[in-house]
Amino acid sequence: MILNALSILLVLAGLFFLTASAVGALRLPDFYTRAHALGMTDSLGTLFVLLGLAVPLGFSLDAGKLVLLTVFIFIATPTACHVFVRAALRSGLKPWTKEAKDGTRD
Amino acid sequence: MNAFYLGALAAILTLFPIFLYRAVKGPSVFDRLIGLNGIASKSILLLVLIGAMTGQIGMFIDLSFGYGLLNLVGALAIGKYLETKGVDE
Repeated sequence: MILNALSILLVLAGLFFLTASAVGALRLPDFYTRAHALGMTDSLGTLFVLLGLAVPLGFSLDAGKLVLLTVFIFIATPTACHVFVRAALRSGLKPWTKEAKDGTRD
Repeated sequence: MNAFYLGALAAILTLFPIFLYRAVKGPSVFDRLIGLNGIASKSILLLVLIGAMTGQIGMFIDLSFGYGLLNLVGALAIGKYLETKGVDE
């Protein structure tokens, strides 16, 4: 019973962070800020949801696999985000500034 | 517990159109990539939640492992390709 309550709590926290990342992707003004919002909150929300699903399984093979998947995603998502941002910076995408107003804000 | 998983699945499904909007509308090609990456990471969660609902969570965890690995390799390849190509679409 207490494991189920802990699982519900963790999944709800993960859903909160996922919603925050979606709002960041929708509302922020340019690519770099969106990547900043997505790369971190996305991996944290995924961590919370997967751990919340692993808690009611107890000490079993499936829970171990879920923890491994969590570790993998916690490495993979920031890596992909970093590659995108570095590619954007090296290929010459200009960061958004409040003064520029060159139509990058949609 | 199953009803709660169904609710969480519905909540994650409502996030998909936001990332789809970013993937379709995004001003630069990197915005589209970010949107696609968000959709891919949400689908991993979707697979694991479906597994928890049907009781076959082991198989669905393996499926999401494969999906996550493919997503990472694809994202790295596209990122390294666009690094040399530039932002002109």
